[in-house]
Amino acid sequence: MLHHFGKYLFFLFSLVRRGESVRVIIDKAFDEAILIGINSVFIVGVVSFFIGAVTCVQVSYNLVSAFIPRSTIGYMVREMTILEFAPTVIGIVLAGKVGSSMASGLGTMQITEQVDALEVMGINAASYLVVPRILAALFMFPMLVVIAMFLSILGGFLAGTLTGQITAQEYIAGIRTDFIPYNIGFALIKSIVFAFLISSISSFRGFNTSGGALEVGEASTGAVTDSVIAILVADFVLANLLL
Amino acid sequence: MIEIHNIHKSFNGKKVLDGISGVFETGKTNLLLGGSGTGKSVLLKCIVGLLKPDIGSVTFDGTFFTNNKLDIRQEIRRKIGMLFQGSALFDSMTVEENIEFPLKMLTDMSKSDRKDRVNFCLQRVGLENANSKMPSEISGGMKKRVGIARAIAPNCTYLFCDEPNSGLDPQTSLLIDHLIKEITEEYDITTIIVTHDMNSVMEIGDKIMFLHKGKKLWEGTSDNILDTDVKEFKEFIYSNRLMRDAKTVEDERDDRV
Ligand SMILES: Nc1ncnc2c1ncn2[C@@H]1O[C@H](COP(=O)(O)OP(=O)(O)O)[C@@H](O)[C@H]1O
Ligand SMILES: [Mg+2]
Repeated sequence: MLHHFGKYLFFLFSLVRRGESVRVIIDKAFDEAILIGINSVFIVGVVSFFIGAVTCVQVSYNLVSAFIPRSTIGYMVREMTILEFAPTVIGIVLAGKVGSSMASGLGTMQITEQVDALEVMGINAASYLVVPRILAALFMFPMLVVIAMFLSILGGFLAGTLTGQITAQEYIAGIRTDFIPYNIGFALIKSIVFAFLISSISSFRGFNTSGGALEVGEASTGAVTDSVIAILVADFVLANLLL
Repeated sequence: MIEIHNIHKSFNGKKVLDGISGVFETGKTNLLLGGSGTGKSVLLKCIVGLLKPDIGSVTFDGTFFTNNKLDIRQEIRRKIGMLFQGSALFDSMTVEENIEFPLKMLTDMSKSDRKDRVNFCLQRVGLENANSKMPSEISGGMKKRVGIARAIAPNCTYLFCDEPNSGLDPQTSLLIDHLIKEITEEYDITTIIVTHDMNSVMEIGDKIMFLHKGKKLWEGTSDNILDTDVKEFKEFIYSNRLMRDAKTVEDERDDRV
């Protein structure tokens, strides 16, 4: 365990030791960012919409007291999705979507000697392949999380109003109650930390693949489990540090 | 000219290369011959610097490579072209982008110069009009050709080929072998080919080194190959011929069906 963590730190260090030119890295990061966006925006949208909807229905179900205004439902949906569900659940979804594809992509490049082909050309393959992926994740994850925030609040709105549990006015009043802008900042910080963890852990797992197709599959699932654990630990640590 | 001196390499205490020395000449196709698992690929990777030998050194035209300063090694690497066993084309790029890639990364050629060079190299390996194909859309033999084109694109001085005809049918193997030999002579480069195929040896081997269990057991040219009195090499040649005969019998049987 500690041994693997040491190797991971050494891997991160190797990324910056002998890098490619900034222009090459930025160009490639753009391509990667577009890929991340295209590949994950749909699943992020679906997941966050339904999380908002389910949160709304469940809060409404639990809120039976006549003394609590119905607008509290909107307030609760906002608080829960912005602080926890949008960044963390979407982080876990992206670990499954982006992390596994990074690990299997790099793993395949490793076992088919594409990584060696780069090294022979004198290119620092780790830096050339991994740094753009990390940058792209750092850039895209916060955007996806912002989309997720909007869609989950929208999901809550539609679920609540269409099932008649809350009126549109009440819901909107609810989501405007006691708004703390810092919470959005906190969620974005979380998404950036998760982006780094997912992309670096998955790249590490992919880059250290050897063998054949079976090992690529193992690297891919390993990347997802490692990333999810890292996300949950980081979520706990950040909540303690920053809230 | 590439010289290797006393190369040793072990993995987890298992000795793979056990003190190999030799000289690979310019303008010639130098063959590293040996059975599967004898450490041919490991030796090739030690020479190009993908692996670091435990002991020993490699010299490219008189310049030390192993253990030298990073910028000197980078300078030599820019002159190295390599064809990998599975071609190792970048599968997210088209054929054209694959060949252009080393030019983009290693030279400051303009875009139109690069394009001309790509087309020239494609033509040289007999693949005009394959520019926009993806690696997944072309056959194994074509991949090897693209691999060769990518290797020679930046005007390499040293060409390394790991099993250039693995996975190819005999006719295509022959074409690829001859293509490599022609390119070697045409541009006067130093070529090292790893193979276990006696056909290649007899067709294009200018200089042959036979490896067995991490040691060099025999060295010579294809003319004096049958005079060898090294027992392991004789066995290798014999078993290779047996395999070929068996294959011919099999082919004939297929024809009958
Ligand atoms: N990176 C590595 N780690 C551990 N063992 C290796 C590695 N690369 C090669 N080997 C071992 O070295 C031996 C020679 O391999 P190789 O050079 O690929 O053989 P071949 O002559 O068929 O090309 C094999 O037994 C292989 O298991
Ligand atoms: Mg080999």
